[in-house]
Amino acid sequence: MKPVNFDYYAPTSVDEALDNLAELGYNGKVLAGGQSLIPTLNFRMARPAALVDLNNIPELAYIKPTSDGGLAIGTMTRDSKVEYNPEVAKRFPLLPEVMKFIAHPQIRNRGTFGGAIAHADPAGQLPAVSVAMNATMRLRRKGQERTVTADEFIIGPFMTVLEPDEMLAEVILPPNPPRTGSSYKQVSRQKGGYAQAAVISVVTLDDRNRCKDVRMVLMSVGERPILSQKAREILMGQEASNEAFRAVAEAAATQEADPATDLHATADYRRSLVRVLVVRSLTEAFDRAKRGG
Amino acid sequence: MSKLHHVTVTVNGKQYERDVEARMLLSDFLRHELGLMGTHVGCEHGICGACTVIFDGEPVRSCLMFAVQANGHDIRTVESLGTPEKMHPLQEAFHEKHALQCGFCTPGFLMTLVSFLEKHPNPTEEEIREAIDGNICRCTGYESIIEAAKLASERMSAREN
Repeated sequence: MKPVNFDYYAPTSVDEALDNLAELGYNGKVLAGGQSLIPTLNFRMARPAALVDLNNIPELAYIKPTSDGGLAIGTMTRDSKVEYNPEVAKRFPLLPEVMKFIAHPQIRNRGTFGGAIAHADPAGQLPAVSVAMNATMRLRRKGQERTVTADEFIIGPFMTVLEPDEMLAEVILPPNPPRTGSSYKQVSRQKGGYAQAAVISVVTLDDRNRCKDVRMVLMSVGERPILSQKAREILMGQEASNEAFRAVAEAAATQEADPATDLHATADYRRSLVRVLVVRSLTEAFDRAKRGG
Repeated sequence: MSKLHHVTVTVNGKQYERDVEARMLLSDFLRHELGLMGTHVGCEHGICGACTVIFDGEPVRSCLMFAVQANGHDIRTVESLGTPEKMHPLQEAFHEKHALQCGFCTPGFLMTLVSFLEKHPNPTEEEIREAIDGNICRCTGYESIIEAAKLASERMSAREN
């Protein structure tokens, strides 16, 4: 229950951190909020040779508007800062709503927005939300920078396209068009516990209440967040209807969700949850979009 | 023996300096290096909340931080609250409402609730429940803890007015 020894680096600027990561290569691991990494170190499931701690780099913690009306969130922004930020609530009401389901207040005071996404836990809310919101990830390594979409960024359970000497520096959230509504629905055994299944919907309607865009993500029922193609196929151009939502739910549960059986739930039970949660989530998202978002 | 890191930290208003291994958890640092045994260590993976301390004004898990990360920061532990002769209003309320039995989880509840009540002087029951959703108690069934939090909030805000 105690971590093995490791070398510790505490850079005070992004450039210094990137130098550390470049020198360390496969031996280095970024320490962000540590609320997932430190438990795995305590259990000795992870034994990195060196940690590069980003907690002394103030330039990585910010929430700032982008020129197109979206937001850019620095990777080290604490979850609780996102949870209570008025600009976030105004532009993306989905985020404060989801934050309440992420572990507990003490964890959210320390855990970071970028760290959770880079951790890519298939049961994590923020990786799934970043896919639903079509976020862009700004990745940096020494002398280089690139951007990828959230959907490209996460490639498997706890796996991303990040190279060993690279870090997620910023998450860019594009603005929601007018008449966009969103909804997060989950089932878990207790407050703050891992979701057995969850569904996130972001829906944009035209002026006649027909679906102009839909991004629905299934969470905790596969190796990574699953962006539903079926939702798009069935709902585009359609008005809200229980029949359409049920058709999406059936297709998502049987053809798209890929759940595992574990201590917390069987695969069949998780598919049943997807059926229920898809309908609830789409109903709420359409309703909110109709009312202006 | 791996490399030692020099740590200067303020705990309950007093400054301490120690040399520690990077892997030393903040919870172990408080207990073993500083002798402040009030902070309890339960699960060591962020589930139980017994090790909660106030770090730069916010409650956090001291088992999910390294001591070296506290360098230059300010920490409050349960030892800062009161003494047996002169208890903090929240401790008095825990005593009166039977909000503890074995007492293992109590320091974590106290630090979580002290921070919460300082920021939310007149909370609803729902807000109290949400504030303590990251703390596990296996004795009380929580109802008496919620009663104590309510009583303490009344007394603390009465004292300020």
